[in-house]
Parts: sequence; structure tokens; C-alpha cells
Amino acid sequence: MELTGAEILVHCLKDEGVEYVFGYPGGAVLYIYDALYQQQDVKHILVRHEQGATHAADGYARSTGKPGVVLVTSGPGATNAITGIATAYMDSIPMVIITGQVHTWAIGSDAFQEVDSVGITRPCVKHNFLVKDVKDLTATIKKAFYLATTGRPGPVVVDVPKDVTMQRAEYRYPEDIAIRSYNPVVKGHPGQIKKAVDLLLSAKRPMIYTGGGVIWSRAAESLTEFARSLGYPITNTLMGLGGYPATDRQFLGMLGMHGTYEANMAMHHCDVLIAIGARFDDRVVGKVEYFCPEAQIIHIDIDPSSISKSVKVHVPIVGDVDHVLKDMIRLLKEDLRKPDQTALAAWWDQISEWRAVNCLKYDRQSPLIKPQFVLEKLYEVTGGDAFITSDVGQHQMWAAQFYKFDKPYRWINSGGLGTMGFGLPAAMGAQLAHPNDVVACVTGEASIQMCIQELSTCRQYGLPIKIVNLNNRYMGMVRQWQEFFYEGRYAMSYMEALPDFVKLAEAYGHVGMSIEKPVDVEGALREAFKLKDRLVFLDFITDQTENVYPMIAQGKGHHEMHLSPERELA
Amino acid sequence: MRHIISILLENESGALSRVAGLFSARGYNIESLTVAPTEDPSLSRMTLVTRGSDDVIEQITKQLNKLVDVVKIMDLTEGPHLEREMMLIKLRAVGDGREELKRLVDIFRGHIIDVTASTYTVELTGTGDKLDAFIQAIGETKILETVRSGVSGIARGEKSLHL
Ligand SMILES: Cc1ncc(C[n+]2csc(CCOP(=O)(O)OP(=O)(O)O)c2C)c(N)n1
Repeated sequence: MELTGAEILVHCLKDEGVEYVFGYPGGAVLYIYDALYQQQDVKHILVRHEQGATHAADGYARSTGKPGVVLVTSGPGATNAITGIATAYMDSIPMVIITGQVHTWAIGSDAFQEVDSVGITRPCVKHNFLVKDVKDLTATIKKAFYLATTGRPGPVVVDVPKDVTMQRAEYRYPEDIAIRSYNPVVKGHPGQIKKAVDLLLSAKRPMIYTGGGVIWSRAAESLTEFARSLGYPITNTLMGLGGYPATDRQFLGMLGMHGTYEANMAMHHCDVLIAIGARFDDRVVGKVEYFCPEAQIIHIDIDPSSISKSVKVHVPIVGDVDHVLKDMIRLLKEDLRKPDQTALAAWWDQISEWRAVNCLKYDRQSPLIKPQFVLEKLYEVTGGDAFITSDVGQHQMWAAQFYKFDKPYRWINSGGLGTMGFGLPAAMGAQLAHPNDVVACVTGEASIQMCIQELSTCRQYGLPIKIVNLNNRYMGMVRQWQEFFYEGRYAMSYMEALPDFVKLAEAYGHVGMSIEKPVDVEGALREAFKLKDRLVFLDFITDQTENVYPMIAQGKGHHEMHLSPERELA
Repeated sequence: MRHIISILLENESGALSRVAGLFSARGYNIESLTVAPTEDPSLSRMTLVTRGSDDVIEQITKQLNKLVDVVKIMDLTEGPHLEREMMLIKLRAVGDGREELKRLVDIFRGHIIDVTASTYTVELTGTGDKLDAFIQAIGETKILETVRSGVSGIARGEKSLHL
């Protein structure tokens, strides 16, 4: 049948199974909005700023594993979306972003609201397209979803000029699409997998280190089976939390700059390391020269360019993580050799000693609210089963340390780009995707103000998110670095003239609560989570001086952790 | 080390800027870059000369392969290969110097393709080294203008880069 470009676009979304489009209208996309208006299948969520749209689509994607979809207008609509696109790119999140563009005949003329969206987004997308002819629209959208969701996922931008949305063409959505230059590997090389299994079985001090690739490959189950069958210790990156049950005995917590003592020490002393869907980020590795000095390293990743990028590995395996893990599990089952139990027992004894250091200990006697305490209570009150989004700063690290994620897709944060303002809109996406589940946004008084306008969106769509604001009146993470590395010169990190968050929440039609004493923390959380159909803004007035420990300073090795000023290790 | 990387690229607008953007964003250097369509109009062939340690070159090839517009790549320097570069060079040619210049052009197997009373324009093809040597031999003072095409390369023998 013959349809307009705008109608074709909406049909494509429907045929892709898109539930929600997060967006904001403007001149260049009015035909598309008109087409959206005339149907019910694809629901549009109106945000208050295009950054919010991208983060919301991102939160939808991270909480479901499905692609998030964004629609913004040309010019400022597109530029406002950049932060969210870059955020998704850094964390390999599948998204399709449709940007309006001026008429094809006006492109390049500095027309009203013209910006070179393809040029501007190029360094922060997996791929992008400018659709110049309505006849190409369907295939382009199909390609966009295919690229966004396969291989190493990522955001794909489709720039659609206004006249393309007006012109008519025949519509038939293709079943399949092939791109001759794009063939992501799925199966790992059998020889390499065999080598990896040999190495794993020869280990005396093995260690498993996994990242976001486990989540995106839907490999959490396989990973759990793999790790349990071997009985080896396992750590997750910030992006990999939930890939392995955090309450399991084999789990050593997160690793890296603010990882646990036991995880980092086990990394430093292991003799065989298997990295699974993780990319050896600098916040994880610390100083490359000191990284796992005694280890033979196996690395499974779908992206060949992630392998040996910063750390040289001995057994690289390019392939889909779940696929490769399943192959390994099969080989391990068939193998008559078993892990060296004596060596493994000694290794676990050593790890228990490191664990006994209790590196996440904090002062429970304090008359002030300790942020860690709030997160422990949040974990208890939500039964450990909430979708937790976070912003960026100390609160993010405490959430990662203290909320024990047993399942994938529950922990939603901007790890790679570290985007303040991510938390609230991401929570909107997660809540829309999971209307009957508990969604909480852990944030700080600085971060929350970066996308605070989305409280209005939450009101419009009745999203009962719980905002846990750890209000320390500081950009805490900045203050911490200034305390450690700039002799306490707190340049611009003190948050003055803060709004009354309770009144602010109320002004947007939500419930606000202010909590100032430790004894009130649990009660307030329980009360808030009882309000199942309301957004509650919990403003916890916390200890201003609390720092995130343990910590590896930039440029140090895993064995050079700081516990806290009071309890330095020899 | 110097590497010559051959790339088959989708002949689409924006493809070139993706390659160039990758190099600038990741801080890789480009010594020269040539690109033109092939006998298959949907494909362009690019020859890129870069320098870097083995690790850097490995990353470059991996990152290039990751670009959706890149169909296939080959590092020519990994095997026997031919490289050629074309240069157009305009020389000040007056008085006695004219004969001398002409002899030099002949030695280098160049062609004088445009002549005026005071200039020669010379076309010269060869490896980059040969072109450098010619420039040296002429001497800076006589050179009015140089245009170099950048290196084109191809593998020797049966080996070829095609779909
Ligand atoms: C958009 C953006 N701007 C600046 C930064 C740098 N930055 C990192 S953490 C931080 C402070 C965050 O303060 P707050 O949200 O109050 O959280 P806290 O660290 O106090 O828990 C800043 C400014 C950033 N990550 N993102």
C-alpha cells in the first residue's frame, strides 16, 4: 500500500514491535507526530527536554534488553539529544534515534533549525543514516534496528528530512535485512575455546571477571552455571552487576576503583583470569603495568577491537558471550579433568582472609545519616528486587556497593560516560517497561537537578518512581577528589541555594519527604514504597563528609587500595 | 612502522568522513589517503598510509573493520605489494637550467607535460621515496608547486582485495 513517509515510519516502528517512543515535537517532525496521533499501537511519551527522551529510552532498553526509541526535531532537538546518545554509545545500549531534518533541498543552506545531525552524532553512534528518498526509508529503519541490536549493541541515528516524511511510497516491511559489510560473529573459535578450557582447568588461583556484555548477551544464566560448575570466585564490573547473583558465596563484589578489597586483591593475585564481556576499562584496570601481574588471561568479547586494546590477553575469543559460555560448559562437562580442589581450597582461604577485612564497613553509631545506611535499608525494604537507576557521583558507587543485584537488567547507570542527569529519566523508561515493579532512582542533590524537569513527565504518565536523594549539599565525588588530591580546596563543589526538594516535589504534584535522622530512614522508605501509585521524592540529609571507600587512586594498582583513613592496611 | 592499508568502502556519502573521523578521534596519524570508485560503482577503494607500533596498527585495523561502511580491508605491508604515487610538479625553468632540468626528468623517467617560456610541469610516478628523491635532486629553489596524489597500493601476485 502507498503511504506517506511519516506513516511509513510509524508503521516500521509498529512492525519492529516498538511499544514506546520517547520524544519531543518540532517543525521538522510534525508530519511524523501527525501520523503518531492517528494510531494507537505505538505510544509516545512526551518528555520535558530531549536529553530526558534519550535517557528514558536508554532506561527502557537497559531494563528490558529491547531497543529504546527516540524521536526529536531537527537542530536544537538533535543537539539536546547528543548527551543521551553518547551515554548509550559508551555503554553499548541499543537505541534508535530518529531526528527530524530540514527539507532535502534546504540541507546545507543554514536553514532555520538546521544542524548536521549525521556529522555531529558520528563519533557517538554505532552508525547513522540520512534518508534522502522516501523509497529508502523502510530499509533504513530496518537496518537501524538490526545494527542497534546485533553484535555489540549501540545507538543508531536516522536523520529524516521533512519532505521525505511528506512524500509517498509503497510500504512493505522487510522480514530480513543483510548488510554485506556487517556480519557480527556469534560462535567462538573452537580451538580457542578448547585452549581456554585447558587453561581454566590448570588454574591454581582462578578468577572470573565479567561486564555488561554478559547482560546484553543474555548470558546471566549461562554465566551462573559456568561459575558454579567450576567453583571459582567471580567479580562484576559496574556495568556487569546483576550478571551473577550478588548474594552468592562465590561473588566477591564489584572490582575497580571503588570495588571491594577482596575482588581487587583476588584480581591482583590470580594466576588465570577469564574476562567475559568486559572491556578492561581504565577505572577497572588501574595502572596497566600492575594489572594481574601473574595471570594468563582469557578474554571473551563480541567486539574484536575490545580485545588487547589496553591489556594484552593470551587467549582471545571473539564471539557472543552466551554462545561461547555454553560451548565452554559443554566442554567442561565432557572433560575428565576437574579443577585442582586443594589449590582451590587454599585460594578460597586466602580470599576469606581478604573478605574478613570487611572493606565496606562504615560508622553505624553516627548521629548523622550515613548514605551507606540508606542504601542498605533500600535493599532491605525493596527485598532486593527493585530496578535501581542512579546518577553519577558518590551515591552511584554506594548503590553499586550496597545494593546486591541478583538479576540482570536491574542496575541501570551511566558507567562509561558518567552522565549526571541520567537517573530520573532512565527510571521513567524502566517504570514504563515494568509498570508493576518497583523502580527507584538513587541520586544526589547535584545530579537530580540536571533533569529535574522530568518530574513533570512523571506526573503526566503517573510514574510512581521513588527518588532516593542522598543530599550531602556537595557534589560529593568532586569534593572527595578535592579533599584527597587538591588539599581540601573545595572549588565550586558546594551546592548553595538548594531548592526545598519537598516543596519542589509537591509543586510537580508528587509527594516529598525530608529525612534527617538515622532512626527515621527505614520508616520513611517503608512509607514511601507503600505509596504504590505515587512518585515520592525522599530527601535524605546525609553526612557531608562521608567518602567512598575503598579506593584505588588513579594510576595505582589493584593491590594499592585505600580502605579508609582510620584503617589503612600495612 | 609504516603501513599501507587498503580499504573497500561502500561508495556512500559520509563513508570517507567516518574513516577520517575515526583517525582523528582516536589520535591515529594519516600520512596519506587516496580514494576513488572502483569498477563496481557501489564500492570505493581507499589506500591509507599510517605509522604506528604493532599494537596501534592492530587497533586501527580492528576499528576500521568495525565501521559499518567498511566492507573489507587488507594491510598491504604484511605481504609483497606494489605502491605507486603520482606527482605533478611545476618547476622554474629558465636559461641554461632548462636543459639540465630536462635531463633530470629523463633520469627519473618523468614526463614534461606542460611547457612555458619560464616553467616546466612534470608528471612523475613511482614510490614515495622516488618522488622524494626527485624533489631533493631538483632543489627547493626551483620548485613552484607540488601536487602529490598520495599512495595507491596493490598486493603482488594472486592475492587481491575484492568482494
Ligand atoms: C554532566 C556532568 N557534569 C559533570 C560531571 C562531573 N561530576 C562527577 S560526580 C559530580 C558530583 C555529583 O554530585 P551529586 O549528584 O550531588 O552526587 P554525590 O557525589 O554527592 O553523591 C560531578 C560534578 C558529570 N559526571 N556529569
